[in-house]
Amino acid sequence: MADKLRAQQQLESLQARYIGTGSADTTKFEWTSNIARDSLTSYLGHPPMLQYISIGLGQSREKTRIQLLERMIQPVGPPPEPKE
Amino acid sequence: MPGPRSGKKYSARDDAGGSSKAALTEAFDKNLYDGGGTDKYAGYDLTIPAGDNDDEMDDEGALNGRKLVGQYTATSAQIDEFARGDTAEDDILMSREKQAQIASRETEYQQRRFDRRLSPDGADQNGAKSYKDAMKEREFEREEARVHKVIEQRERDGGDMVLDHQPTLKDGETVSGDKTPPMEEKPRKNKRRWDDNATGEGPAQAGAEDVDMKDPPAKKRTRWLADDATPAAATPEAATPGADSDADKPARSRWDTTVRPTAGPVAPQDGAEGTSSAVAAFPFGVDNRNAPLSDEQLDAMFPIEGYKILEPPPGYEPRPRPVGGQMLPAGYQGYLVPEADSSLAVMGKQLPTDIPGVGDLQFFKTEDMKYFGKLTDGADENDMNVEELKERKIMRLLLKVKNGTPPMRKTALRHITDNARQFGAAALFNQILPLLMERTLEDQERHLLVKVIDRVLYKLDDLVRPFVHKILVVIEPLLIDQDYYARVEGREIISNLAKAAGLAHMISTMRPDLDHQDEYVRNTTARAFAVVASALGIPAMVPFLQAVCRSKKSWSARHTGVKIVQQIPILMGCAILPYLKGLVECVADSLNDENNKVRMAAALALAALAEAATPYGIESFDPILNPLWTGARRQRGKNLACFLKAIGYIVPLMDEEYSNYYTGQIMEIVIREFQSPDEEMKKVVLKVVSQCSGTIGVTGVYLRDSVNAEFFRNFWVRRMALDKRNYRLVIDTTVDLAKKSGVSEVVGRIVGNMKDETEAYRKMTVETIDKIISILGVHDVDTRLEERLIDGVLVAFQEQSIEDPIVIDGFATVVNALGERTKTYLPQIVEVVLARLNNRSATVRQQAADLISRITFVMQKCDEDPQLVRLGQALYEYLGEEYPEVLGSILGALRAIVTVVGLHAFQPPIKDLLPRLTPILRNRHEKVQENTIDLVGRIADRGADLVDPREWMRICFELLEMLKAHKKGIRRAANNTFGYIAKAIGPQDVLATLLHNLRVQERQSRVCTAVAIGIVAETCAPFTVLPGLMNEYRVPELNVQNGVLKSLSFMFEYIGDMAKDYIYAVTPLLEDALIDRDQVHRQTAAAVVKHMALGCVGLDCEDAMLHLLNLLWPNLFETSPHVIDRIVEAIEGVRNAIGAPLVMNYVWAGLFHPARKVRHPYWRLYNDAYVQSADAMVPAYPDVEDEACRRHELDVFI
Repeated sequence: MADKLRAQQQLESLQARYIGTGSADTTKFEWTSNIARDSLTSYLGHPPMLQYISIGLGQSREKTRIQLLERMIQPVGPPPEPKE
Repeated sequence: MPGPRSGKKYSARDDAGGSSKAALTEAFDKNLYDGGGTDKYAGYDLTIPAGDNDDEMDDEGALNGRKLVGQYTATSAQIDEFARGDTAEDDILMSREKQAQIASRETEYQQRRFDRRLSPDGADQNGAKSYKDAMKEREFEREEARVHKVIEQRERDGGDMVLDHQPTLKDGETVSGDKTPPMEEKPRKNKRRWDDNATGEGPAQAGAEDVDMKDPPAKKRTRWLADDATPAAATPEAATPGADSDADKPARSRWDTTVRPTAGPVAPQDGAEGTSSAVAAFPFGVDNRNAPLSDEQLDAMFPIEGYKILEPPPGYEPRPRPVGGQMLPAGYQGYLVPEADSSLAVMGKQLPTDIPGVGDLQFFKTEDMKYFGKLTDGADENDMNVEELKERKIMRLLLKVKNGTPPMRKTALRHITDNARQFGAAALFNQILPLLMERTLEDQERHLLVKVIDRVLYKLDDLVRPFVHKILVVIEPLLIDQDYYARVEGREIISNLAKAAGLAHMISTMRPDLDHQDEYVRNTTARAFAVVASALGIPAMVPFLQAVCRSKKSWSARHTGVKIVQQIPILMGCAILPYLKGLVECVADSLNDENNKVRMAAALALAALAEAATPYGIESFDPILNPLWTGARRQRGKNLACFLKAIGYIVPLMDEEYSNYYTGQIMEIVIREFQSPDEEMKKVVLKVVSQCSGTIGVTGVYLRDSVNAEFFRNFWVRRMALDKRNYRLVIDTTVDLAKKSGVSEVVGRIVGNMKDETEAYRKMTVETIDKIISILGVHDVDTRLEERLIDGVLVAFQEQSIEDPIVIDGFATVVNALGERTKTYLPQIVEVVLARLNNRSATVRQQAADLISRITFVMQKCDEDPQLVRLGQALYEYLGEEYPEVLGSILGALRAIVTVVGLHAFQPPIKDLLPRLTPILRNRHEKVQENTIDLVGRIADRGADLVDPREWMRICFELLEMLKAHKKGIRRAANNTFGYIAKAIGPQDVLATLLHNLRVQERQSRVCTAVAIGIVAETCAPFTVLPGLMNEYRVPELNVQNGVLKSLSFMFEYIGDMAKDYIYAVTPLLEDALIDRDQVHRQTAAAVVKHMALGCVGLDCEDAMLHLLNLLWPNLFETSPHVIDRIVEAIEGVRNAIGAPLVMNYVWAGLFHPARKVRHPYWRLYNDAYVQSADAMVPAYPDVEDEACRRHELDVFI
């Protein structure tokens, strides 16, 4: 019981620091949102990657950057309706 | 006034007044009945001294202040040394249970917390009184205390003797304090004494106060009978078979009902028999004195008129009697043999450990019955109303928290916290707070209950307001607890309380206590206020403090106000700096207060403020400098001590010019007070001197000219060395003086003391010189002083009788500081040491050896190698020493010599020395082990070739024993020595020895052997060790195989990236280990994989790693924590070696597995990977079928 509680607390503190971490209860929506955001962050964070995508899309890097940033809002669409 | 005092008073009157009348109450025959003119106890102590101040009366029997017989006993300070304070010994007679109780550890002052009432009169159950009522009550209490004091004063003066029948009636003159007042003036002499004074107070006090103060007396029998209809009659007594005859039997007084057992041990009294007649039936057992008073007796004792039997207050119920309690039952008739079926109460029934609805508790105390007894009454919960159910629920939870097992406590605490608002503040606090006032409370229980309050406070927030005062009454005592953590806890609660209730409410609640007549209450309130200030911010409090400190009404309010100001900096430290000016202004006026105590408190407050503000804020103190300095000239005694303390703390804040001026102003007084016999004053003066000498403005010249002479005359006396606290302070102050006035000045003054006859004084001198020289060096010490110094230190060393490192430290410091200047004295020192090495006393030999190890460095610097070798030879002779402590020191000295002269120059040659050490390695004493292994290790490291390899092998065997040592340092040294030896004589033989040792039973020994193998492999390159080690794995024995794996693990940990050459060699072995049936096998193999993988990151060993990963993966579902931790670590290691994407391919499969048991470990791996290498995972994220989840960016292609 106490062990379980501690594990729970550890997980919570981990989650507080790294939002992308999950647990056995993570839903598909949460996980896909996280990996989508992580991917977008990675494209943004590596300038050569951003450059490459921008060239491919034929627009300025800044424009691509804004686009990517905006896609981080609900990257995989709205959350599913809560089931009752 | 009972006891010997009253008797003494009467006789004193006889003598003084010369009255011829005989007192009715006194025996006439004085010779027979000891009533004679002299008190037979005269000359004896009538009291047992309880406080600290019992040394005032030891002047008795002294003639002209001088004792005629010598005192051959220890001083009272020495006798008391073990009675209290830090050194106090536990009283073995006190049971452990009792020691655990907080109350038993408390000082008399701290126990005054029990004098405070939790729920003051007039407060209704749900809330506090109004501010007005509280103020009125305080006013009343003060008046009461004043009247008490006046009465006491009168009694002391001996004027109030009613016994003395002087015809004052007819005097008609005004009555002064020391005469008996005329009878008419006191018509109701039996009335409460303060009733006389109450006429002006109004009816307010005739109310509630009377209830608990005055004995409810009897008036008429009928009234007692009428009383039986009150709830008291509803006690179980009424339910007994004889209840219907209640009316005609002589009723027992109401007092009895409370103590009457629920099921009495004795047969119920037969109605006709009263208590007195019952007692008469047993004339031998119980005498009349012990029997309870009957109503007739009560009637006879009290006058009929003017009294009334009070109704019990509404809601009063007789307290439930604890099961197995100690009170006498009502009709106690002596001991009766209990019948077989007699109730549990007499049979000493064990206290229950299982309370219905609570479960098994850790313990249950008698006192708990008082609070939780209700739970055991077995009442049916179905016919209770909501309030009662709630009460029982809280009671159960509290009992679980207080007495339950840790898991019970946790859930109960959580339950209380979560439902705090539903329970309501009243229901909770009315149960928690009385528990905290219990006398037998223990630390753990108090901690838990305080924790409950803390949690509940958070939840209740402003609902606690009505209970603020009650909570404070309970929590304030924590602020003066000896235990640091209790104080912290108390502070936390009060600050949370302040945040919940708000400043205005806190002030209006605590204001009445500021001028409480009890000093204890004022003190704790001041501390609580300081906590409130730190919680809600000082600026909010300053206006209030200013008002309190200037209160015109009472000095006690001012005193408390100043005390709050003192406590704030103590609590908050330098955080007071922004508000320093305001705080100083609060206390500024109080420096000139008319009341002594206020002045003292003000000075102490300034000292605390200045201490917290150091080194800033002198400008805030400007307004008080003048009053403080001029005040110091006017004060004497304790006041002066406080003023000086404040000055001492303010001077360091000043700049150069000012500090010079102000120190000059005050030094005169300080020097005058050097002679003060008062301990407190001595402490303050010493502190002030060290503070003043530390400031820039005070020059060395000034100190030399005007302070030093007096200081050393007054403080460097033998008496100072005997008192521990003074000892410390004098040393520190002297060191501070030396910093300013120079080493030679100060050391020159005290150097002679090292030859004093008192050991403590010598030690104090050596310690001081040690400190001074280690800070300041010996540059200005001339040749003459140098001689005296060495001479003195040698004397102190030789005369030393108690084992104490101080003198040796001092010796070493002096010699090392003098450096090459010691050369001239070395022959003398060596002679002394050699002579003492030969001493009969073990301590002396040990000290000599210790000294050698401290001075070898200097001897080498002075080119005294021949002398060193001579010492070495002498020490070699003493290796047969039998006392282990001494032997350890000798070995340490040898090591020190070997270190400076080198192995080749050492005499006797190393090849002779080492064989002597081999048997000593077997010694089990820690100090010996530590020093030998160090010496042997040094020889193995630097001069292994000087010794025969066979000798080294012998040592190897002995070293194995050392791996069992308790001290980690010894085991580590032994392991390192294995490495040195293996390097010197080649790894084969050593390895064989070690591998053989893997078969032993002890785990610690095996682990250490494994480490040693790892070390050998590291020092002699792995290829020399691996073949033998891997071969050993074929031994079909679990311990050996495990040992091999462990050795491999340590080896790969130590060799790092050297591992890449050996990976393919050990992979088959690991394959085997990873698929072994035994869990521990797999666990250890996983550890090997981890170290190996981390060693070969980026070194192109991915194939082997992937192979091992495949073998590791199925272990993921292990549940034993050690195993799974190692496995996960190994997988993490492999992930580093082969990159995150490859490992993630394994992880994706289980993240959304239908079984939670599968998902769980997979998410753990995912999280670890995410924390360590999130970016590397991005390319490896899987494609999700869902259109919304597609990562279009990856489709971009140029």
